[in-house]
Amino acid sequence: METAEKTLDEILTLAAAHFKVSREKLSPDADFFKALGIDSLQTLDLLTKLENHFHVELPDYELQGVSDFRTLAARIQARL
Amino acid sequence: MSKHRQFEGQALSWEIKGGVVELALRREPCNEIGSIALAELEKFASALDQLEDEAHALIIFSQLKCGFCAGADLRELYERSQAMEKSHATEGVRDFLERIHRALNRIDMSPLTTIAAVHGVTFGGGFELALVCDLIIADKMARFCFPELRLGLIPGFGGIPRLKRDLGNAVVRDLLLTGRSFNATKAQQIGLVSQVVSEGEALRAARATATQIGKFDRHTAAKAKQFIKPIPSEELQEEIDLFCELFSRPAVEAGLRKFVESTDAQPYLP
Repeated sequence: METAEKTLDEILTLAAAHFKVSREKLSPDADFFKALGIDSLQTLDLLTKLENHFHVELPDYELQGVSDFRTLAARIQARL
Repeated sequence: MSKHRQFEGQALSWEIKGGVVELALRREPCNEIGSIALAELEKFASALDQLEDEAHALIIFSQLKCGFCAGADLRELYERSQAMEKSHATEGVRDFLERIHRALNRIDMSPLTTIAAVHGVTFGGGFELALVCDLIIADKMARFCFPELRLGLIPGFGGIPRLKRDLGNAVVRDLLLTGRSFNATKAQQIGLVSQVVSEGEALRAARATATQIGKFDRHTAAKAKQFIKPIPSEELQEEIDLFCELFSRPAVEAGLRKFVESTDAQPYLP
């Protein structure tokens, strides 16, 4: 079982690589829409990428209102 | 080259190569199905009579990066319905649905073996277009969804009857009543997708599958398909009726307006 911190770190690394953003520029409490500069369709891409990486299923309605990496990590952690 | 063998339109294009018809979706931003796409789909459905004499398979795919198809053109639907009286708007919607059902039914019942090669967004009407095909091959970044309930509607391009034809009712209820999106792995687990491939590989895999299909006797393949894949005609008609009934309710106008005017980063969420 992955720890919450490890999950968060993996999310930041994955998001940085997928959207070609420097990993150092992403902080756990950053708004990922702004930090990654992504629109709604790209957000779905991120969700799919994370589901594939962690082998979880995360209904998109669970992400409603979620905009920071830390909360996103908590939602994923809850399904690991 | 004769006219039916190749077509270059605004929303789609097709050509026939080595016994395989390739139908490409290519209208920005994400292949939304509005009046232009419908007219060109009708043109394709008419051309099938001749294409079927020369081909054994059909592949439907998208040339756009965003995905296969984001579904019905909701902006066009909203703007057109705003420009006319409610009763006329519902009549217009019924006419649109009947036309697209005819085109999709024609593809559904084609004796060709049909393959949807999908990636990225495969939502609403785009999902319904994929469901018309005999096989769905998805790249692992494909995402499927029936978001219509979020607009106060049901899928209108034949989605529910075709999903029910292929999957168990409990799965259909889950996808329909939650409106949640799900990825290619999940789609394969529930029996919707036949192959999941790496990013960008869906079309290549579809072509390889079409080549394999070409080794079989065409008549036998067509008969096997006819035997196993009936058109759910009655339910398709009921779907049109129910969609039109729902379309006349105020909740739909509010839902469409919210979607069209949304500047939210997640407009697909209610």
